Amino acid sequence: MREVVIAGAGFAKIGERRNDRIGDIFAEAFRMLIDNTQIDPKEIEALVVGNMSAGEFVGQASLGAYLADYVGLSGIPAIRVEAACTSGGASVRTAYHLVASGAYDVVVAAGVEKMTDTPNNQTTSILAEAAHQEYETYFGASFVALNALMMRYYLDKYKPKREAFAKRSVYMHQNAVDNPRAQFRRPVKLEQVLNSTIVADPLTIFECAPIGDGSAAVLLTTPEKAKELGLEYVKIAGAALATDRLALHERDELDTLKATLRARERAYKQAKIEPKDVDLIEIHDAFSIMAVLALEDLGFAKKGEGRKLIDEGVISRDGSLPANLGGGLKARGHPVGSTTVYGVGEAYLNLLQKAPRKSPGGEVAVVQGIGGTGSTVSVFVLRR
Amino acid sequence: MGIIEGTFPPRYRREVKYRNAFVGWRCKKCGRVFYTPRKRCECGSREIEEIELPREGRVVTRTVVRNPPKGYEKYAPYAIAIIELDVDGQKVRVLGQLADVDLDKIRTGMRVRATLRRIRAGRRGLIEYGVKRVPIEE
Repeated sequence: MREVVIAGAGFAKIGERRNDRIGDIFAEAFRMLIDNTQIDPKEIEALVVGNMSAGEFVGQASLGAYLADYVGLSGIPAIRVEAACTSGGASVRTAYHLVASGAYDVVVAAGVEKMTDTPNNQTTSILAEAAHQEYETYFGASFVALNALMMRYYLDKYKPKREAFAKRSVYMHQNAVDNPRAQFRRPVKLEQVLNSTIVADPLTIFECAPIGDGSAAVLLTTPEKAKELGLEYVKIAGAALATDRLALHERDELDTLKATLRARERAYKQAKIEPKDVDLIEIHDAFSIMAVLALEDLGFAKKGEGRKLIDEGVISRDGSLPANLGGGLKARGHPVGSTTVYGVGEAYLNLLQKAPRKSPGGEVAVVQGIGGTGSTVSVFVLRR
Repeated sequence: MGIIEGTFPPRYRREVKYRNAFVGWRCKKCGRVFYTPRKRCECGSREIEEIELPREGRVVTRTVVRNPPKGYEKYAPYAIAIIELDVDGQKVRVLGQLADVDLDKIRTGMRVRATLRRIRAGRRGLIEYGVKRVPIEE
């Protein structure tokens, strides 16, 4: 397989973009990608789009053809891939294989989600489609509720300080202040997080990612082609996707995402790295419990101790393992099908010191994306 | 919208026998018990049998849904739990709602019994039932 690099990124501003179609949001990310790289769009040989549920959110299937058409790429192969909230991870990994295999030299991996054309309860229902329809959703379990079940289990088992979970939201909002594409660019206080409305006990609304519209796109190519195009790049040193049983209650453990363990093992092995080699991370922290489980399952903390990395500031911007420098799912936002593409794109920017705010820098970044309550997990290792 | 607006009759007809009974599945080869249907076990066997699950179990984690999905608004707030059953010595987890319970008093470890209850009145006119669990008075 050929070496594959990321040689460009573009992002749409995340938010409740009532005046924009799904195509407009994708077009904004695509435009930024073209502006940043100055490549001729004719160079793009294929488009892969991660999207969880355009069929439900906006009633549009044929998303690959629709989006390619919308930005003047009609003619090239363009497909949508889906793996719930890490559809973006599936997109980047699919594009990775398209380039690694030698089939194409230049592929755009994008993700897009338009989540605000439906009323709130309907959006909640569509998100719950990531869970098992007959054995979770039918019983009235929302997606937040399933995450709350994991968090309650964790709290009962390890009895951590509640504040350690809430602190993650404080860091993420701080990180988002300087990110022009973030949904929430204002700091929050710990008391606000702890005292905000409970959505599903014990999760408060300030511990949950918001609903928003957004799109991100990254350019995948070979190192040779990137040089030819005059583009700086980071290497995709590892790219893995793994699954676990769909229904939460059927997993071997309720406090471990086995799909993260599986994807991590393959990605780290491919990249020949260990957790200690990692300089910065982008984790899928849609809920505070997911941040804690990610830190543990990616190998940065022992089981039951992930919250310490939050409590002690290790994952803050000034810590030794800065996480989600653009604000993560909590504050940058979580337009589900695009989220892992934002993660990969932000890691690329931070490794190359192209982010709006100077990054702590480093050589190696790990990006994780979670689909469902952990039924699909993508893990990428990027190396400068 | 999936099954959210209420189950469409063909699907209802197909699923109702599983919804209205406390059915699980057991792999005849390795013995693993599941609470979702499948055609092939991870051990490789295709011999999977339906079994009746024990009624009583213990709550291993729980939450209260305050922002329900579409179609469940009039039932909120309600409790959702994962319950552990003992199936011939094997710990098997299932998920469902807790009923007849004070939401402030649900606790991890509480013992519950399966019962058939209304899940929702779907928009298409079907009243849909399923297994919920009620506390066992101790």
